[in-house]
Amino acid sequence: MEVLLKISNVSGGYYKEDIIKGISLDINHGDFMGIIGPNGSGKTTLLRLITRALHIKGGEIFFKGENIFQMDLKEFCQRIAFVSQDISTDFSFTVNEIVLMGRIPHLKRLQFETKKDMEIALEALSLTDALSFRDKRIDELSAGERQRVTIARALAQEPVLLFLDEPTSHLDIGHQIQILDLLKRLNRKSNLTIVMILHDLNLASAYCNRIALLDKGAIYKQGRPEEVLTYRNIEVVYKTIVLVNNNPVTLRPNIVLVPGEK
Amino acid sequence: MHLKRRLSILLLLLCIVVILGLVKGAVDIPLADILLKENRAIFNMRLLRILAAIIVGSGLSVSGIALQAVLRNSLAEPYLLGTSSGAGLAVVISMIAGISKIYMPLAAFIGAVASIILVYNLAQEGSRITDKSLVLSGVIISIAFSSIIVFLVSIFGDKAVHEITWWLWGNLEVYDYRLMLLISIPVIFGIAAIYVFSQDLNAISIGEEEAVHLGIDTQKIKKAVILITALITASLICICGIIGFVGLIVPHMMRLVVGPNHKTLIPTTCLAASVFMVGCDIFSRTLFSPIEIPIGVITAIIGAPVFIILLKKGKRI
Repeated sequence: MEVLLKISNVSGGYYKEDIIKGISLDINHGDFMGIIGPNGSGKTTLLRLITRALHIKGGEIFFKGENIFQMDLKEFCQRIAFVSQDISTDFSFTVNEIVLMGRIPHLKRLQFETKKDMEIALEALSLTDALSFRDKRIDELSAGERQRVTIARALAQEPVLLFLDEPTSHLDIGHQIQILDLLKRLNRKSNLTIVMILHDLNLASAYCNRIALLDKGAIYKQGRPEEVLTYRNIEVVYKTIVLVNNNPVTLRPNIVLVPGEK
Repeated sequence: MHLKRRLSILLLLLCIVVILGLVKGAVDIPLADILLKENRAIFNMRLLRILAAIIVGSGLSVSGIALQAVLRNSLAEPYLLGTSSGAGLAVVISMIAGISKIYMPLAAFIGAVASIILVYNLAQEGSRITDKSLVLSGVIISIAFSSIIVFLVSIFGDKAVHEITWWLWGNLEVYDYRLMLLISIPVIFGIAAIYVFSQDLNAISIGEEEAVHLGIDTQKIKKAVILITALITASLICICGIIGFVGLIVPHMMRLVVGPNHKTLIPTTCLAASVFMVGCDIFSRTLFSPIEIPIGVITAIIGAPVFIILLKKGKRI
């Protein structure tokens, strides 16, 4: 397995406090990785540090052996894309315009999008099944549609590695499955390496080939779902008692919640 | 409708108002006689005014567009954010201190930047800047600075009073064509610079962090854009005084017509703002002729209702 992104002893956070305390993690080419952990464990901060949205305080990150902090930011964004939880804007851009913004890392400042850029945007829209509403304004869409548009924009960047911050958090179960199926398809067919934060442990279990469990700014455990999602690990990190059986369809761990009061 | 067609319609409208602007005034001169030798003085005066209106309209509108994008706030505008009154205060102080008019642009620039930093810091709640706090601090700074201006004028005023009060409400009468030409340079340069940032403004307007993930050095662009708008506003203050709401009305109307993409929004807004300002100036000169109404009064009468509608209907832009 080729290591795509090597994260070595990274720490950082906001102001003086370090939220991430020395994390090392290898992301392999072709991974479909889930990052899980309780609120405040540093999942989003870790992703912001890796994607250069936040300044790193210590450690190093290498993309295919190249130090990412020495890369030009635009070049970096041609390879690594990020999908945030939700975009909200007062500006009524159309879906098409938003997706075309994914071409910005490939364009010079005053350069207008070429026919090729338009084609790449169209391709991204069709991959995410968003072609039918490409002329709508972004503020007219439902949360699920909007999420597909942000994923399409990230795909228009033609990245090798895609990060997503809770791509399913605002969605009902139908749309959650739709988005994760889409990501899985991109991972398989387009050979896109995907790393995402997930809150739902069962979704992480069902879809990811690797999971990193974060606790208090450090990696508590990483590995295959069955190695990470044990009742003991969950009890220690989430401070809650669960049962773990197997999902009869995926044969992966299935977490069953145990209410404290009945 | 294509951009070219929209631009040509706006260009046509501009030609019409420019001709009207040359013909109309305290004395109406028939179009055929406007180029006659005996009308040369009036022609020159009116032409300069029209040029001033075009520069002022474009500059204020593009500043509005840029501030609205980087602050991601539909209500941002040099006048409402107190930038204009900051520049105005600095100019009044330099007038009273008897500093040469050559340094007026510099003083205005310092005042503009100082007030924008002040308002920005006042509006900050944690790391966020909300609509309400931004407008509120802008208005507070505006009122405070305007009061200081009036205070200074009433103490030191005398001969300068008339000039200054006129100027506080905006005046397109070009008292020195060399100053106007000098001022046009930074304004045109500033508009061009903001146009160069179109793509960055598009990305920043959907979110600062989104822009970072598209490879844009957001902090640097934001600072650059705020400084450029301060430069434009400050320069304009020196020739036309304080004119409000232009940066709000025209960009909003043009967003409804061409959408929020800055690559098309900026050039169309420049033309539309020129039409708007030349039109307002014609009103200011002819409505109660021979009395001239300050142009800032006209833009405010049109602008205030637009502002209220925007505030009420929600801020989708």
